[in-house]
Amino acid sequence: MTERRMLPLLPHGSGHLAPPQAFPRRAKVAVGDTQLRANIRRATHTIRDKRAHVVDEVDDWEELREAGRALKERVARHLPELLERFEQAATAAGATVHWARDAAEANRIVTELVRATGSDEVVKVKSMVTQEIELNDALERAGITAYETDLAELIVQLDRGEQSHILVPAIHYNRTEIREIFRREMPDTDDALTSDPAVLAEAARRHLRRKFLSTKVAVSGANFAVADTGTLVVLESEGNGRMCLTLPETLISVVGIEKIVPTFADLEVFLQLLPRSSTAERMNPYTSTWTGVREGDGPQDVHIVLLDNGRSATLADTVGRQALACIRCSACLNVCPVYERTGGIAYGSVYPGPIGAIISPQLTGVERNKSLPYASSLCGACYDVCPVKINIPEVLVHLRQTGVDGARERPSAERTAMRTLAWVMSDQRRYENALRAARTATGPIAGLLAGKRTPPGGPAGTLGHLPWPLSAWTVSRDAPLPARQSFRDWWRKTHGEAR
Amino acid sequence: MRIGLFVTCVNDLMYPGTGQAVVTILERLGHTVEFPAAQTCCGQMHANSGYRAEALPLVRRFVDVFEGYEAVVAPSGSCVAMVRDSYPRLAEGDAALSARVAELAPRVYELSELLVDVLGVTELGAVFPHRVTYHTTCHGLRMLRLGDRPERLLRNVSGIDLVELPAADECCGFGGTFAVKNPDVSTAMLADKVRHVLDTDAEVLAAADNSCLAHISGGLGRLRTGVRSVHYAEILAATDGTLPPRTEPAPAAPTATPTD
Amino acid sequence: MSTAREEIMTRLAIALRDVPADETADQVPVARDYRHAGESDPARLLDLLDERVSDYRAAVHRCTLDDLGATVTRLLTERGSGTLLVPHDVPEDWHAGYTGTVYRDSANFPYPLATLDETDSVLTGCAVAIAETGTLVLDSGLTQGRRAITLVPDHHICVVESEQVAATVPEALARLDGTRPLTFISGPSATSDIEFNRVEGVHGPRHLDVILLP
Ligand code: SF4
Repeated sequence: MTERRMLPLLPHGSGHLAPPQAFPRRAKVAVGDTQLRANIRRATHTIRDKRAHVVDEVDDWEELREAGRALKERVARHLPELLERFEQAATAAGATVHWARDAAEANRIVTELVRATGSDEVVKVKSMVTQEIELNDALERAGITAYETDLAELIVQLDRGEQSHILVPAIHYNRTEIREIFRREMPDTDDALTSDPAVLAEAARRHLRRKFLSTKVAVSGANFAVADTGTLVVLESEGNGRMCLTLPETLISVVGIEKIVPTFADLEVFLQLLPRSSTAERMNPYTSTWTGVREGDGPQDVHIVLLDNGRSATLADTVGRQALACIRCSACLNVCPVYERTGGIAYGSVYPGPIGAIISPQLTGVERNKSLPYASSLCGACYDVCPVKINIPEVLVHLRQTGVDGARERPSAERTAMRTLAWVMSDQRRYENALRAARTATGPIAGLLAGKRTPPGGPAGTLGHLPWPLSAWTVSRDAPLPARQSFRDWWRKTHGEAR
Repeated sequence: MRIGLFVTCVNDLMYPGTGQAVVTILERLGHTVEFPAAQTCCGQMHANSGYRAEALPLVRRFVDVFEGYEAVVAPSGSCVAMVRDSYPRLAEGDAALSARVAELAPRVYELSELLVDVLGVTELGAVFPHRVTYHTTCHGLRMLRLGDRPERLLRNVSGIDLVELPAADECCGFGGTFAVKNPDVSTAMLADKVRHVLDTDAEVLAAADNSCLAHISGGLGRLRTGVRSVHYAEILAATDGTLPPRTEPAPAAPTATPTD
Repeated sequence: MSTAREEIMTRLAIALRDVPADETADQVPVARDYRHAGESDPARLLDLLDERVSDYRAAVHRCTLDDLGATVTRLLTERGSGTLLVPHDVPEDWHAGYTGTVYRDSANFPYPLATLDETDSVLTGCAVAIAETGTLVLDSGLTQGRRAITLVPDHHICVVESEQVAATVPEALARLDGTRPLTFISGPSATSDIEFNRVEGVHGPRHLDVILLP
């Protein structure tokens, strides 16, 4: 407890990380959107089965997961020295390393770097961190146009929509909707465009080809940053990443400080865990690594912006810090029963789903993000699939506790109820009196409530409608009633007074 | 073996039949069951909602009440998971309590663990000639790793027609306070669970947790599906092929007047 | 005023005050109990690579060094490729018999992007191949050229020699130099961005022919 009190020293992050309204309100809207439900359901079920299949094929999966977890723990505990090592190696290889305390500072650095090239446009490789800091908006304000080149990001950008998934930000659109967006927003399409995914991919290829060949500046993120060698690593599928990482003259990569891995050899673990967990492939089509500048091959002006934006504050929490191990595979989203029914936009953060529910509140501080730690039934499916064994349910409960502890001094009906209940439960006599009261009270209460205890036609011993706040239960479920005889009364009768 | 029964607060008040079934099964096997009356609640709702300070006295209480037993059994996957998985964390910072928790927690079993692993029985002489489907609740599945223990017990019930529940491993949407904090998502999850149950054509839905069952049966009841939900212990206790009638609430009920 | 770097380092030091000052990174235990080695029989390795590359819907061809020119020529003819780009150090034997235009690209005389864009096919070797995952790794070394040449043309023919094949990812990484620019290629470019269904052929080469030499 005293430990936690030191946390306010460490500033939290900002950006696209917290929903403007509480999750349950946004979820209510999402749950009612039938097209969205169908799209997300179909996509998540497709990938779930594929992932399970391609993971089952690996007989040392558990050993790989454990190694991945342990490596990330090593990184977390020794981040300062590893960052220094990375900076040194990358600088020696010809890259320029910048440091950004928060989103605004990172945006400023990138904007200035682009300006210095004289270019007013950049091509972008899909990167979560640049979405987190809302870099595109910052560039736009500076008169610089950012072109997203990943197919899903392109769809979202053309539709001026929001990302809803870590790996496939356009997962909430189906092929027909994507076809409509392309037809509307891509100048070089005509009515011959069909909704066949191959045709849509071809349209994206034609649309972006000139941009790749002519744009002088690219912006990327990185999946991994190797401390020993100063190497950055990007995994992708389409080849848009390779285009951005190789063809432009200037390459600016924004990298969260947690992306470090100690050595090049350590990639042997993550290059096995990540593709199978994310796109359910033995290996993704393309992985690129680059170390500073290579003469005559690729960008000759290479910049790396190392970003904090709430990561150090997250690291300070010894339970919550495991969230920084995330390699953004999205497996936890794809198996999450809550995500499956709401999609990602309801979370109001670039990081949705189970990982979003633990990382977003930590980056912003729980006070700014109270509802997300409760956006889970704690079913644990996410923990089971996580390739780096992040115990998401544990962190969720821990963040709930942080929120509750942080609001200790403010009055709350929930806390009063929880305290009363705990007070009752911690004494046998109080507990037994409460059981008795519950049993004797429910009859009359039930009588008062619409004059019926058992809903007509409903099963015996249940209630159909209860007043607020219990109405949140009876909105869709009949409520059970206390039994005529408690277990302990039965025991006394049949086995005599207990010890 | 001296077995302490932790019946759980939900079962004590709402589902006494489940506790009675556990006693019946264990006594039929020749074991002595004790019900320490000082027991109350494991503190799960408090802990999972973030009220650690409120949960802590309940952890102490549980340890006080049960540490003298060779084995403790509870007919609830989530309460056992609470003790085995969350107690060590809650007790952190209190060395004495931590040590007591570490000593006790491994001896706290979900019913099927006690029967299959500790007592080594899977055949209980039960008779239940009905079509039953089994929902693997999340805490039993992923925290306790119960595996197919409950189904193995059920498969040996004479006359039973045990049918597989599609997507049995998917959460039903209960999640404790999740059901009321996020009622829309919870309901959407419940809808799928209900659909899968109906797809099996089962008369009875069984599970290892009455709290999840309260939620699912609340949905089955609301839709007037006619499917009954019971804790699987009650099926294992049945020797005459029937379940005891659903318990009626305590006081004499005012006659139902359909006013709306 | 402190710099961003100093301030972030200070924050991290505060955040990590639970880590003993004398603990080093290597002292945080990492159990590497996963598999490092795999299949070692060269013939079976080649078969596995063949199978796994084919799974990505890349075309795999087997021939001897003597037939290499003929195989390459056949593939180029089938595709109707009138122009072929090769790194300057690719032996001419590799495309002996091909009658189209051949561009030899080198660091000193790199072709402009526009030429790469108009080139039908590119022919290279590779540094390492990973059998279990069906992956080719290029490191800009001998017979591979700079990264852009295997990216812009729509058709890539890659030659793999038997001794370049590693069984597992760990084996492959052990053979590579992490400071060189590496490109791991597993099948033709693809996307799963529409309804999580994989379709081949987006921005990278849409056609990948892999030739395995014994
Ligand atoms: S938390 Fe784990 S499963 Fe979820 S995205 Fe991150 S690495 Fe993947």
